[in-house]
Amino acid sequence: MGTIYELGAPGRRGTSLPPLGRPEEEILSFIPEGLRRKAPPWLPEVSQPELVRHYTRLSRMNYGVDTGFYPLGSCTMKYNPKLHEELARLPGFSGLHPLLPEEDVQGALGVLWELSQYLKGIAGMPGITLQPAAGAHGELTGMLLFKRYFEDRGELEKRRKILLPDSAHGTNPASATMAGFKVVSIPSDDRGMVDLSALKAALGEDVAGIMLTVPNTLGIFEEDILEITQLVHEAGGLCYFDGANLNAYLGRARPGDMGADVFHFNLHKTFSTPHGGGGPGAGPLAVSEPLVPYLPVPQIVRKGDRYALDWDRPKSIGRVHPYLGNFLVIVKALAYILLLGDEGLREVSAGAVLAANYLKERLKKTYKLPYDRLCKHEFVLSGAGLGEGIRTLDIAKRLIDYGFHPPTIYFPLIVKEALMIEPTETEPKEVLDAFCQAMEKIAREAKESPELLREAPHNAPVRRLDEARAVRQPILREPRT
Amino acid sequence: MIPKDLKYTKDHEWAKLEDGKVRVGITHHAQKELGDIVFVELPEVGRAVSKGEQVATVESVKAVGEVYAPVSGEVIEKNDELESSPELVNKDPYGKGWLFVLKMGNPAELDELLDAAAYEKLVGGEG
Amino acid sequence: MTEYIPHTPEDIKKMLSAIGLQSLEALFSDIPEEVRRRYRPLGLPRGDEAGVRRHLEGLAERSTGRGLIPFLGGGIYDHFVPAVVDYVVSLPEFYTAYTPYQPEVSQGTLTWMFEYQTMICELTGMEVANSSMYDGATALAEAVLMAHRTVGGRRVLVPRSLNPQVREVLATYAWGAGLELLDVPYSEEGKLALEGIPDELCALVVQQPNFFGVIEDLSGLKERIGKAFLIVYVNPIALAVLEPPGSFGADVVVGEGQVLGNPMGFGGPLLGIFATRGEYLRRMPGRLAGRTVDAEGRPGYVMAFQTREQHIRRERATSNICTNSALCALAATVYLAALGPEGLRQVALASMERAHELADRISSLPGYELAFSGPFFNEFAVRCAHPEEAVARLREAGIAVLSPKLVAKAGLEGAFLVAVTEKRTQEELSRFVEALKGGR
Repeated sequence: MGTIYELGAPGRRGTSLPPLGRPEEEILSFIPEGLRRKAPPWLPEVSQPELVRHYTRLSRMNYGVDTGFYPLGSCTMKYNPKLHEELARLPGFSGLHPLLPEEDVQGALGVLWELSQYLKGIAGMPGITLQPAAGAHGELTGMLLFKRYFEDRGELEKRRKILLPDSAHGTNPASATMAGFKVVSIPSDDRGMVDLSALKAALGEDVAGIMLTVPNTLGIFEEDILEITQLVHEAGGLCYFDGANLNAYLGRARPGDMGADVFHFNLHKTFSTPHGGGGPGAGPLAVSEPLVPYLPVPQIVRKGDRYALDWDRPKSIGRVHPYLGNFLVIVKALAYILLLGDEGLREVSAGAVLAANYLKERLKKTYKLPYDRLCKHEFVLSGAGLGEGIRTLDIAKRLIDYGFHPPTIYFPLIVKEALMIEPTETEPKEVLDAFCQAMEKIAREAKESPELLREAPHNAPVRRLDEARAVRQPILREPRT
Repeated sequence: MIPKDLKYTKDHEWAKLEDGKVRVGITHHAQKELGDIVFVELPEVGRAVSKGEQVATVESVKAVGEVYAPVSGEVIEKNDELESSPELVNKDPYGKGWLFVLKMGNPAELDELLDAAAYEKLVGGEG
Repeated sequence: MTEYIPHTPEDIKKMLSAIGLQSLEALFSDIPEEVRRRYRPLGLPRGDEAGVRRHLEGLAERSTGRGLIPFLGGGIYDHFVPAVVDYVVSLPEFYTAYTPYQPEVSQGTLTWMFEYQTMICELTGMEVANSSMYDGATALAEAVLMAHRTVGGRRVLVPRSLNPQVREVLATYAWGAGLELLDVPYSEEGKLALEGIPDELCALVVQQPNFFGVIEDLSGLKERIGKAFLIVYVNPIALAVLEPPGSFGADVVVGEGQVLGNPMGFGGPLLGIFATRGEYLRRMPGRLAGRTVDAEGRPGYVMAFQTREQHIRRERATSNICTNSALCALAATVYLAALGPEGLRQVALASMERAHELADRISSLPGYELAFSGPFFNEFAVRCAHPEEAVARLREAGIAVLSPKLVAKAGLEGAFLVAVTEKRTQEELSRFVEALKGGR
């Protein structure tokens, strides 16, 4: 697989620029001699056609939602509407500098304000910030809100612990740690839900709160959610809800009504903004009344038909984004909500949960389903016991041969050989059926010709890659020639 | 598979008594669970450790195994060969893949460890 | 059904029957009834594509700032973006993919990540670069946290000449981690004026060029702070002509990569650059692509050193970052590939040339002077008796600069900040000067 560095020739370039008005040396003389760059950076020298062919070739070695079914659990890989891409490129959005005076950015503030109102409504919570750039960034912001809240009440010294179910996303413990909290794991019970007696035993005056994912990473709704949040509140703690799984109940239930104090949205999941090969996303945060004073500055307020930034918030934790958040992502999420309306939002969760349960009921006949109950937008199978020496990794790689992106594997950690499947609402029944057929065929192959799985993929741009070698003999950049 | 002359912990470390010193590594079972080992982080020589304290990490591509001191003591030797050849832990967990040597503080602690039979029972015959 | 959801009533019936349920509502019976009952809709009717477009276009047009000529910087700059950049980031297999967890179907993403890492190492003079952070501000905050983890110490020296927005984000993170930020003043020239070195120091932060556009002399700094980290926050375009921080012993180089082929976008999404020395590889945050081979011995790419990351190491991870700014990093990769070393140098030189020309013309006007005498790149502070009036006159002429109020956040009163890129024309420069001539 060649990189762009293997193409081109000295002197080639892929674009043209306006000429300089005076000799280079004269311009360079503005820089003190010792600070001038001695050797130029090694960058590709390619013509535009070479460049376009290279990246087109690379793109064809990738799999995206536009290529096919991408049931990556926990990531909500739904279809990304094309309208959004056009809207984000409007010059009045993409060409706007963030430090223009308020009166010159009224439309952009309007976008932020409108989305804020809708997100508060969807969460059923009174406060919001759009600043966090991703879900994990929202989590960190939420943990800092917890911290400021307890600091303000003079309780920070004693409340050092954050409780986490053992099925939590890895970002949760990492975020809590970054804010200076100590993480305590709470086991799941045989229903796949938070073990209430373990929770009760862990609660006390040293607990700042709990981080929950609803529904949890097994795709199971915590049926005791009201009791859980009540117990935490009675112990003086706060409840953080990881909103990665909002697609499961969009338009039907609100975290604010379940007892959430902080709730983060993943606009790149639930609200269909593209994942971009890993980002950018956006992780707005809704908060309950007691936490409103601590929200990041500035807040966006409306006065008549004008929008303004409110900096006068003395208890705020400060900024978490250098400007007002991932604005162009926010534009797309607003367009999505406006197009769907209330009815459409309900159809999203209905479609997502319908598709997940449909797949689950069929696939549990072939694969182990450790928690066999109604699921929400995703469910977790186990790839164990399929055939001699066959692992979940082999099943995942074989799915590639059948033209599907594999599900999330080996997560959550509480299921051995986990396969976490999230179909989303945007897949036609025919695609879901084809996926089931492929999964069933793989299960047969696991018994009849296991080497087909162990050596998979056979039809991908590359065969299985040696990940150990990449760490033992690291090559993390093109070596200089 | 499980050497009879070693002691074991339920966290899958082995300990070998060598006149007053204890050589420590991870078991065959542990290395198999981790997969291809790509990195080993060892304690500095001279460090005093207490029983149950995390003293080393053994990493595969997608997992991190924490290694706890089976007994209290001082680290007097570490296996520097693992820096360039971490795969020795996979290939020879009870031999060339050893991690470090402790000078024992309290020999009685050895008696609290599992013997081969008890460890075999723990991992279901696969040591 | 909407255009995004394909299930027909017939599909729904079949699927429900396969599940053994009577209605869609029954799919939600596990949510406490009390919670479902409390739900309140938004009161939002179903929209249509044309209507949504009209509404958003209306908002886009309502921002009068879109028509102003941006002589406005302060961390976000209006550089030219070649058409080929947006073309590549719009390829659907790039923008509708996620994190390359399955390398066999993600070679496209992993290959450009590897290219990007190479380019960032080259620009910064460092040995290893990750494949992106959210933005320069959080990249800096993470660099400081890494310094604290690596060398201990709770104090961080932060220049007054650091971009105030960036500093505010750093302050939030530092408070979270229990670190203390100490100010470093700037000299008459506008340069870092490092005095004593406090004990318990974990890092010294320097911005290059700094918030006022002034080029800092990085030599000797690392020697003065010893094992504490030298963290340099850069404008990557300037590194085409400035000696890279790696040559001055920097431990971490971070910066805002928006300038590399990304739109200003009202400040987001942005691109956090993060590069460090090889010895800190296992301590750094963020995702890394590495080269390896497949089962047939052909070269390929995978995510390397994943055990640092949250999905494996959880509370012991080097950072909580998961979703990053991948697509913005792809834009930067294509931008740098399209320009090449000569093109990037030309962007830097043209920006600097025009900035110096404008600075000369402004400072020759009576009543206007440059706030600092130090060398500068493409941005400079202008002092005058009534800066608010001057800014208002510029605004009337259709020109935006960074307001005195925002400049004052870095401790400089009575000045506005002017940024010039290669996009600004002679006509626009003249318009700027003419607008100022009217008063002072």
